[in-house]
Amino acid sequence: MTLPKLIQPTRRGVLGGLAAGGALALSPARFASAQSAAPIRLGFQLHRTGIGAAYGRWYERTTQAAVKVLNEAGGINGRPVEVIFEDDGTDPRRGAEVVEKLATRSGCDVIFGALFSHVVIGSAPRAGELKIPYLVCSEGFHVASGMLNRWTLQPGITDVRAQVSSMAPWVTANLGRKVTMLFPDYAFGHDHRDYFSAAVAAQGGEVLELVAIPPTETSFTRYFPRIPRATEVLYHVMVGPAVLTFVKELGEFYGSGGRPQIFGFVDSLEAVDTASPGLEFLEGTHFWEGHCRVKQADAGEHEAFYRAAVGVDDNGASVTDARDVSTYAHMFSCWETLFVIRDAMAAAGYQGPADRQRFVEAVEAITAMAHSREHVQGDKLFNGRTHQVFGHQFISRVDGGRLTRVHTTAIEDGLYPDAVDYTSMSF
Amino acid sequence: MTGAATGAGGVGGRDLALHLAVLAALLALQFVLPAYHHTNLARIMVLAVFAMGYNIAFGYTGLLSLGHALFFAAGLYATGLGIVHGSLAPGIAAVAGLLAGGAAAAAVGLLALRTAGVSFMIVTLMFAQAGFLVVLYFGGWTRGDEGFVLQGAQRLVFGLDLSQPGPRYGAALALFAAAVLVNLVLVRSRFGRVMLAMRENAERARMLGYDPFAVKLVALAVSGLYAGAAGAAYALLFGYVGASFASIQYSILPLLYVLLGGAGVVLGPFLGALVMFYLIDLSSSLTSAHLMVVGAALLALVLFAPQGILGTLRARLLPWLA
Repeated sequence: MTLPKLIQPTRRGVLGGLAAGGALALSPARFASAQSAAPIRLGFQLHRTGIGAAYGRWYERTTQAAVKVLNEAGGINGRPVEVIFEDDGTDPRRGAEVVEKLATRSGCDVIFGALFSHVVIGSAPRAGELKIPYLVCSEGFHVASGMLNRWTLQPGITDVRAQVSSMAPWVTANLGRKVTMLFPDYAFGHDHRDYFSAAVAAQGGEVLELVAIPPTETSFTRYFPRIPRATEVLYHVMVGPAVLTFVKELGEFYGSGGRPQIFGFVDSLEAVDTASPGLEFLEGTHFWEGHCRVKQADAGEHEAFYRAAVGVDDNGASVTDARDVSTYAHMFSCWETLFVIRDAMAAAGYQGPADRQRFVEAVEAITAMAHSREHVQGDKLFNGRTHQVFGHQFISRVDGGRLTRVHTTAIEDGLYPDAVDYTSMSF
Repeated sequence: MTGAATGAGGVGGRDLALHLAVLAALLALQFVLPAYHHTNLARIMVLAVFAMGYNIAFGYTGLLSLGHALFFAAGLYATGLGIVHGSLAPGIAAVAGLLAGGAAAAAVGLLALRTAGVSFMIVTLMFAQAGFLVVLYFGGWTRGDEGFVLQGAQRLVFGLDLSQPGPRYGAALALFAAAVLVNLVLVRSRFGRVMLAMRENAERARMLGYDPFAVKLVALAVSGLYAGAAGAAYALLFGYVGASFASIQYSILPLLYVLLGGAGVVLGPFLGALVMFYLIDLSSSLTSAHLMVVGAALLALVLFAPQGILGTLRARLLPWLA
């Protein structure tokens, strides 16, 4: 896929509509009394309990902040917006039940917010059957792979395939070309294994060893001897509560001797203070971040506005409790998805559930999102055919226990050929 | 625990009338229920079939298993993988799911039934955990924890599109009705009596000439058939196959449904699943601490109605209830 293919001139009319919608929304707050002043109801599938609870807590806060901003700016199509949060327990069966509840019981116009892949995949079929737009904030390749349906879209965050593909060139050029990967032995880890391996090979690098770690594992020492001596970069993705043990044991394994360069995904450390005791071994290592947790020196007005609205300090923790570290690398997706909903509803002239199909078509017609208060993470391209957004990625280094950005990828670095054309599917 | 009816063999008139009335009510409800409850009830009936299978093992035969997620997942994956990778027709895949549940239970039973009590719980739990890890290990086929989706065309059974509300409810009700009637006949049959004897006193039953191992193995296999059928139905009716259904949570859930509704009562699992579903659903609408509400309700149950809702009702009012 190339950039020009993403931006199709035939969609200019819709873009114009989006611009108009944006301008309308930025005008002084006043809810129109036209056809209906009843709130637009958005359902939020929230991981309030279960394994995703740390994310859920911050996704809820971020969304509440975004709704406040949105309503102060006039809501959607002149109507106030109300978000109904429903806990899915981070469970796919309950997720499908929550979709049902939000759609048929709470009367929501659109549902959004799910992060965990298994919840998204378990819920999307029901959203498709109910013909309700389902905008997910997940990272898996499942949307763009074509596994889901016309009603499921991911306009607020990039997927793993794009993330790892766009970072591989920097990793091989700056950290080393001989890579050993440590990854959890389930689907999320497999996506990393497959797409990062391919991206490293494309850069002329080599993956020396793939070390899959069972997700039920609580100690990692016995896996480390499998790391070849020739390893120049150790790539790790260890999502889960065992990350502190993982880092501690990795530090003990290498001791005070030399170690390879280390590159990881910050997913493991979301909601965890990088300066925590036991994480000292991470000093000087690099991480992927979807959004820089620590406010960077060149942060602009949009970043400051977003942090203030959500209640996050310059270190990425709650302004009311410095120990309450946010899931900063991911939670912008809720904020941005909400404004995509606003813009698409404006473009579709959305009035009620009868306009849901037009809403999906309006999202599919989006091509570009400018860096703004609404898209605080950065500018983006949206591929309507695959229902997937593409954006910048950040690589940060741990310096003095704080993450400092050292590289920003180009959007084009993460583009890949279309695997599906949802627009050719029926509703 | 008191026996499930101690009268003569055969399904009694009142019993049969009650169960047929429940089935008739469920049939009628599909025409009047709002969309939300319509789908919920279909899902509850499928989960109730799973729990009825658990009830055959636990409530009637005294086998406290912590491994039933394996049998449910066997049905779920046999159906899902059979369709996606085996190109089986959905109807054939559902039969494969049913048989996979039974076969998995029989295989586990052959080994686990050498133990009893707490050891049986641990062994069945370990088998189920091994099954869960197998699903993750073969992620290339199963998509591991993420699972996979069965598309609409893969859910057509004999021309019925099970992704549509009417056929879905009808299929769930048909499965549930078959499960109820077979359960009724089973527990009132001669073999059902022997199952109860195993639960009450296996050694005495052995003295009377029955082989506890064989009886328990057959009961566990039948229980597995129920779980496999429920798993197959879940895949076809709701279009998702994922590893979470093989996790420990899905070994605990049928136990909770049975304890809540009433162990050793045919309709107990259905009532338990129904109450548990709406308890979670309603309390989550009222408070974010809904799991505390569920916990308090279960504590109250243990303290004031340890035989479950229908078990208590049978002990006090309806001694003829199967």
